[in-house]
Order: sequence, then structure tokens, then C-alpha cells
Amino acid sequence: MSDILKNTIEKKRYAVDEQGYYGQFGGAYIPEMLYPNVEELRENYLQIIETDEFQNEFRKLLKDYVGRPTPLFHAQRLSEKYNTKIYLKREDLCHTGAHKVNNTIGQIILAKKLGKNKIIAETGAGQHGVATATVCALMGLECIVYMGKVDMARQKPNVERMRILGAEVVPATCGSQTLKDATNEAMRHWINNPLDTHYIIGSVVGPHPYPDMVTRFQSVISEEIRLQLEQEEGRQLPDHVIACVGGGSNAAGAFYHFLDDEAVNLIAVEAAGKGVDSGESAATTALGKAGVLHGSKTLLMQTEDGQVIEPYSISAGLDYPGIGPMHAHLFETGRVKFENASDEEAMQAGVELSRLEGIIPAIESAHALAALDKVKFAPNDVVVVNLSGRGDKDLDTYIKWGKY
Amino acid sequence: MNTKTSNRINELFESNGREVLSVYYTAGFPELNDTLRIAQYLEEAGADIIEIGMPFSDPVADGPTIQESNKKALDNGMSVRLLFDQLAELREKISIPVILMGYINPVLQFGINKFCSECERCGVDGLIIPDLPMAEYLALYKNIFAEHGLKNVFLITPQTSESRIRLIDEHTDGFIYMVSSASVTGAKDLFGEQQRKYFERIQSMQLKNPLLIGFGISNHETFKVASSYSNGAIIGSAFIKLLQTATDLKAQIKQFVKDIKA
Repeated sequence: MSDILKNTIEKKRYAVDEQGYYGQFGGAYIPEMLYPNVEELRENYLQIIETDEFQNEFRKLLKDYVGRPTPLFHAQRLSEKYNTKIYLKREDLCHTGAHKVNNTIGQIILAKKLGKNKIIAETGAGQHGVATATVCALMGLECIVYMGKVDMARQKPNVERMRILGAEVVPATCGSQTLKDATNEAMRHWINNPLDTHYIIGSVVGPHPYPDMVTRFQSVISEEIRLQLEQEEGRQLPDHVIACVGGGSNAAGAFYHFLDDEAVNLIAVEAAGKGVDSGESAATTALGKAGVLHGSKTLLMQTEDGQVIEPYSISAGLDYPGIGPMHAHLFETGRVKFENASDEEAMQAGVELSRLEGIIPAIESAHALAALDKVKFAPNDVVVVNLSGRGDKDLDTYIKWGKY
Repeated sequence: MNTKTSNRINELFESNGREVLSVYYTAGFPELNDTLRIAQYLEEAGADIIEIGMPFSDPVADGPTIQESNKKALDNGMSVRLLFDQLAELREKISIPVILMGYINPVLQFGINKFCSECERCGVDGLIIPDLPMAEYLALYKNIFAEHGLKNVFLITPQTSESRIRLIDEHTDGFIYMVSSASVTGAKDLFGEQQRKYFERIQSMQLKNPLLIGFGISNHETFKVASSYSNGAIIGSAFIKLLQTATDLKAQIKQFVKDIKA
């Protein structure tokens, strides 16, 4: 384990507490049927992931299989446009095309150590599903991915990628047939198969210890940013870090090792959909209040009666009515500033990056880029944008949008 | 310490601890205003406990049948507020124990104190909130529930450890809801060897609380088997299926309960 990782884990200001809470958010609100599964994880996850044996295997796979460290790229033409110094953390160059694989590598090693031989996962855009199917193929484990029927239609290439990799993709046909419903179905599957199955949650959501566990696996992003900035700029701390938030796994990873460095301005960007007040949005901190969904207490878009509202975003990966409990706490304490970007703003930002830097971003990541227009930067500021995924999977959406 | 206050649930098990039939249905289903009359028909038909489900948009512990009834009830316009309005005259019409079952989020949004007051006002005897964790219950809810005379019903499953079952037994004084298998709700075939062994194991623990077996009870046969290992059983999905197609609620509910208890 690198020193940076060790140091930051020992710092506690925004870390999860013994009961699995971040301030008032978090916990493990699960039915008794899930208790043994989640408890087994809670009792073992830290012990396992802190061993040298685990870390060696994890680090080796991140390096040789995922292709880490991912570059920190100084985007000069983008920097000129916004009159500041912008770096892109190139998670889009990870194997499988997004940061999601950092977490699935970690969880599949953990699942093997726990003696599980079947893996289930939920997926929205399909990136987490692909990352899960990939590591299952790598490790020779059976894989079932639940995906909303609507998402299956709008992310067809990813569905086929999962199938080529040998995973079974099961459509979630309830509710809005998107990420939230896929998560419900995966949880039901886990209830029905408690002994031999590990559920790889793809974001920093779910019952404790998932938010903390996924954050730790993704924290390699900010660990690398620090080391790379030191080389590039002679200092580990940027002035700003920007990341998009659906459930919030890439943001959690990009922020983690900066949380206790209060000088670093952390900016999370939610999907405003057709506008925060349009009724078709996924901007949870703007529209939500405290509630319980998928095993944790967090900020949640819901009716007065406590029914979860169907979110909307052009980006399947941000189309979720909650955010991870750590983010809810970071929002409430003001440590992270939350912005939002509409479908239109994100699409424009995606095309802008394509034209200025020759990188077509995932539409999720394009939301983070759209915030460059919303935040004031000084010319000498160092700004890191976490480019969480590549846009290959989104070509259909770009084509349908058509303004390029 | 527990100052046990007896309510209808305790009285039921004290007077008749055998072959207790508890029937679950979803409030506001099949029609918005069916909630109270279904309870009446169930009591008339001979059910012993009524469990009224508060619909939720994301019922993760439920199988397809109850997911559907939840969705239909919400589409009908059901809410926690409306449920308490519908139950205002509950105790003028019904004398058997009534339990509300639902997920924690709608309860939290309604406000836990207000929710418990309304339960007491309507004459509700107990609550089943599957996603309310034990630690939270003990720290934040137990006293409030007790103040309003509400029994909290915990679930146990084949995977629940003996020490946890003992803990649950200690903190409950209504009954324990014994989930028959590792599963979401929904009717299945007859119990297998593994399930019977689990029933025997729990039976031999000599818990202080009565046990009702739920999940997978769908007919007379499964009801009888379950009752032979416990104080009775809970039927949900099979009853919801009846409600989905019933043309004469009163007569068909009567027949349904009669067939189960026979």
C-alpha cells in the first residue's frame, strides 16, 4: 500500500464511522434476509483488503490488466478556452472504457477470498455490467447482470459486450426499467441466493460496507492524481477537482484523498436532465431530501409520501434518484460543492472536448466538463476533471442529438 | 426492562396459540377504498390476524405478485395519510389484531412520532418494517413504539444465527415472523427436507415468542405443515392473487379462508 493511501485512511474527518454512517447518512437498512450476506462482508472486508496479499493482487491487476496508472493529461486547448490550467484524469483509458473496473477488480478478489463462485451486478449505462462481466471472465466466475429494459435498449452495444464476455443479462421490467429497478432485482436475486453469491454493487451506494468499500477501491484515482500532480506541478494538491455524480463512484474516487485537504475545492456535477425544475431531472441534492433506498439513508428524490421518484437524464449512468451516503454528507457539510448540468449542456461539453482535445467522452463525464462553464477559475489554478469514461457506448445518443 | 403491555396480539396467542392464520394484503388494492372492507371480510371469514401492507415504490423484499399490488395501489393514489383516514373506523368494525407492514422510507417521511400516534388512534397493534435494522430499532424506535402500544415484529430466516434469534426473541413480545426459505415473498411448492429441518431447529429453541411462518404458504396443505412446526402461518401472495381476479370479494374471501383453515 502506498503511503498516501495509508495516511488518508487513517484520517477520519469524512470517513465512515463504526456504525457505517457518514454523519446522519449511511447505515444498513436491509431486510433480515440480506443480513447474513451483508454482515459477512462487513466483518471481513477491511481485514481482507488491508492484507499485503490482497493489495499485491489488486495492484498487479490494476497495472497489468486495467492499464493503470491512467494518464493525467494537460488539456492545453481546453485550458486556453477556460483561461486556467486543466488536467484530465484519463479513466476513459481504463480497460473496458471507464473507472468502473477499479471496483470490480477489487470486489471480485474479495468475493473469491470469501469463497463465492457466483456474481451478480446491476448496471445502468452498462459500464459497470461490462466491468463485472469482464472480471468474471478473467476469474472464471458465473455472472448475472440485471439491467433496466429501457437501458438495455439505449445501451445495446454494452448488452452485447456483456453477452460476448459470457454474462447473462436479465432485463428489469418493473418501474421505470432503469438503474433503480435493476438494483431492486439484483437485491432480490441476492435474497434468493444468499450462500454462494456475491453482489458487486457498482457505485458508492447500498448498505454499509458497500459505500466505503467501493470508495476505497476507487480511491486509486485520487491517489494517482496526487502523485502525478507532484511530478507535473511540484505539488500534490490541485485547486479544484471536478467529477460527475450519479450514485457517485468516480467522484468518490477522485475526491477521496483530498477530502481532508480543505484547500482543494471539490465539485460534484449532477445531471439536471431537461432542467432541475422540469420534472425530468436526476439532480438529487437539488431535488431530494433524506430518505432510505437500497439499504442506506441518503438524499433521495421522493414524493411527500416517501415514494421514490423516477429520475431522468440523457445519461443512463447518472439516471439514479439518490446519491451515495458519503456524498450526501459531503453535500450537507459543504465540503463538496454540487453543481448540475442539463442534457444539452453536457452534450455540448462532450462535443467541445472532442473538437478541442480529440477525446469523445462518455455523456456521464461530459456533465463534469459542462461545469467548467459554471465555476470561476483563476488563470493560475490547477483544475482536475475526472474523465470517468469514454464515449464509444454513447455514439447512438450523440447521433440522435445530432448538433455537431 | 420491558414493561410488557398486553395488546390484541398477546391476547390472541394466549387464548389460541394454534393454527393462527394471518393474511396479508396491500392497502388501496385492488381498488383504492377496498382497504377496510377486505379487513372486515377477512375477520368474518375467520382470519386471526390482518396484515395491511403500506405500498412502496421499491419493495425489494417482495416477489412479483406483491410488487404488482404495490404498484397498482400507488397508481390508485394510495398513501400513508390516506391509509390512516381509511382506518379511522377500524376498531368499530374489527376486533382481531391488525398489523401494518411496509418499508421504512414512507414511515420516516410521515414522521415516526406522528405515524405511531396515528397507529394508536386507529387501533393498530403491531408493525412489520423489514428494512428497519435492529440496531436502529433499539436505539431510536423501540421506546416510541412501546409508548403507543405497538409490537415490532422481527423476521428470521434459515440463515439467521442462533445468537441473533435469541437477541430478537429478547426484544420482541408480539410474535416472530419466520421466513420459510431464503427468498422474496411468493408462493412456492411444498416445503422440502431442508426447510423442515430449519423449522425443527427453531422449534427446539423454545423461544418465548410465538412463531408464525411466512413466505411460501399458499394453501391448506402448506398451512397445516407450517402450523405443525409453529403457532400458525402468514399468507400474502396467494391472497393477493385472489384479489387480482375476484369478482365477489366477500364470498371469495370467505371461501379462501375456509379452504386454508378447513
